[in-house]
Amino acid sequence: MFFISFHVCPTARLFRATLARQVDAMLPATYTHAMNARVMILLPAYNEGSRIGTVIAGIRSVFAEADMTVVDDGSGDDTGLQALKAGATVLTLPFNLGYGVALQAGYKHALREGYKYVVQMDADGQHDPGSIPAVLGPVAEDRCDLCIGSRFLEGKSYPIPPGRRLGMAILRRVASRLTGRTVTDPTSGFQAMNRRVLEFYARDSFPVDYPDVDVLVMLHHHGFRVLEVPVTMHPRTSGMSLHSGLKPVYYLFKMGVDIPLNLLRREK
Amino acid sequence: MDVRQKILAATCGISLLLVIIELVRRRKLRVEYAWLWILAGITIAVISVNYQLLVWITKLIGAGFTSSTLFFFGIFFVLALCLQFSVKISRLENQVKNLAQQLALRNARKPGDEPPAE
Repeated sequence: MFFISFHVCPTARLFRATLARQVDAMLPATYTHAMNARVMILLPAYNEGSRIGTVIAGIRSVFAEADMTVVDDGSGDDTGLQALKAGATVLTLPFNLGYGVALQAGYKHALREGYKYVVQMDADGQHDPGSIPAVLGPVAEDRCDLCIGSRFLEGKSYPIPPGRRLGMAILRRVASRLTGRTVTDPTSGFQAMNRRVLEFYARDSFPVDYPDVDVLVMLHHHGFRVLEVPVTMHPRTSGMSLHSGLKPVYYLFKMGVDIPLNLLRREK
Repeated sequence: MDVRQKILAATCGISLLLVIIELVRRRKLRVEYAWLWILAGITIAVISVNYQLLVWITKLIGAGFTSSTLFFFGIFFVLALCLQFSVKISRLENQVKNLAQQLALRNARKPGDEPPAE
């Protein structure tokens, strides 16, 4: 372990600072609040045709002027069409490539379109749109680079099966230990981020199969500031969870391999 | 070594080599992958005509039987090949991912756009 540096990487810091200057220079100096800056709501969706319209309408009722981008991850149903009808921009992946690839496509789109902030949410309505300001606020006020909506911080949760709860507990401990701060909900997909994080996420090093705890550790390692805020989440009404069947086992294995390896990697 | 064994092994090695060369000639196999196979073909051919070489290698690595030497190197070769494929597949997967994302970005539909004719 002696050759592993837990210090903040100076290159990443420099990179961040340069990028921040460039981004700020491009934007008018008048904005004071996130609502005035360009915000994109990112919704990766797979076979959510029956719900996506409602979810988009729900977000619009809270955050009327939000630009929404739905990444249709090769759905077999009319997810893309429904999202388009509901007024979202739609990116269609030619075939199903998984949650992480869909997310990353959204990040790349946001970068290309010049959005300053991205709020990513689940397209199945689990994440309450009422919590968007809570998640976006700290990023917009530059108190952090990435803000994660946690369902556990204030007990605004729903019952979770014991098996999953154990897995979550383990990951929580690992994430908290490695990042040196309390992480209560590392698997949350309700996040807000600034362009510095977007740039980082758009790289090939982004683990697209199951981006989560390992990403947090990577971010921490590269000197990004991560914050958690309490949010409201609803249990899934139908459909498949990301973590079903044997996937949790693979998931834990992957985290077990990825996190130590990320600490050993020297990426520019 | 029995003459029949020699003939069988030599035939296998030489036909493997011929198939590989033919595949490369028809551009069905890229030279990039062929080198490992050519190496395998040559090894089989050489060992089949020169049994003493196999005995020498067996002694060198301290194996008990010549057959275990063959199996050891055979399995090791297959493992190495699988690893090479895994590396290649990982790279291809990343490239496919980036391609698919670029395609999605280029074909982004904004609200009000005409729905595509499917």
